[in-house]
Amino acid sequence: MTTKTFSADAILSPSRLEILRAALVVFTLGAGLVYLAGFSYPSVAHNAAHDSRHSLGFPCH
Amino acid sequence: MIQRLLAVGLLAGLLAGLAVAALQHVATTPLILAAEVYETAAEQAHGGAQAQEHAAQEHASHENAWEPAPGLERTAATSVATSVTAIGYAFVLLALMLLSGETIEPKRAALWGACAFASTGLATSLGLAPELPGAAAGDLAARQLWWIGTAAATGAGLFALLRVERPLAGAFGVALLIAPHLIGAPEPAAPASTVPAELAARFTAAALAVHALTWILVGAAVGFVWRYFATKPSLETTA
Repeated sequence: MTTKTFSADAILSPSRLEILRAALVVFTLGAGLVYLAGFSYPSVAHNAAHDSRHSLGFPCH
Repeated sequence: MIQRLLAVGLLAGLLAGLAVAALQHVATTPLILAAEVYETAAEQAHGGAQAQEHAAQEHASHENAWEPAPGLERTAATSVATSVTAIGYAFVLLALMLLSGETIEPKRAALWGACAFASTGLATSLGLAPELPGAAAGDLAARQLWWIGTAAATGAGLFALLRVERPLAGAFGVALLIAPHLIGAPEPAAPASTVPAELAARFTAAALAVHALTWILVGAAVGFVWRYFATKPSLETTA
């Protein structure tokens, strides 16, 4: 039992696993925010972000 | 852990975003407003040129929805959108640095930001240069797809070149850098535009500079805020 726990820890320690999981969540959130501001189609989003999209080099029209 | 990441990304992105929004207000927005004068004049002239029809079409599709009033409201909307983008970039940068086991400190994070600019700014500009309203362009969804693919391939290519120490990683990296440009960006049917070339050229240069500064500021801010939170053990334990 002890050996099993040890080998599992050696492969992927809980802290490393926690970091990876958190990083994936944050990556998805970040990509979503960039999509919302830079790519999303609703006219309200387009009109509000229009100048920002042009200025940051996103394809706009 | 996740709370700490969210706090660092939000704060760093907001700091960088607000600084970039201030720069946009003086560097790029005046050029956009000037281009819209030409675009509106071309629409009113009722000419048959393709660029004018295109400009009229693209505007008609968004005309009935809410749009910010000129002046303070439009500046505020732009600043919010830029800050949201910067926060998103900060989250992505943090996540990628953590996933690749990178030490997060200001200089390193700013260098990652520079590579990110090469991906989302320089590489995409080779096919789709930052353009003013009124410029001719190909299908929007196809351009967005090429933009995202090019940014991702360039980022991955740079990572393979700079960080992967295995045989053929370099060749694989170079292939990833070149591939999007062999495929090519979607082109407009005709290169017509209502915008004077001189204005368009100034805008492209200004937009690239703003883009570069956005990523470098996001990177540096992520590094500084991460370090600031790391020296506060109380925050670490609650996170």
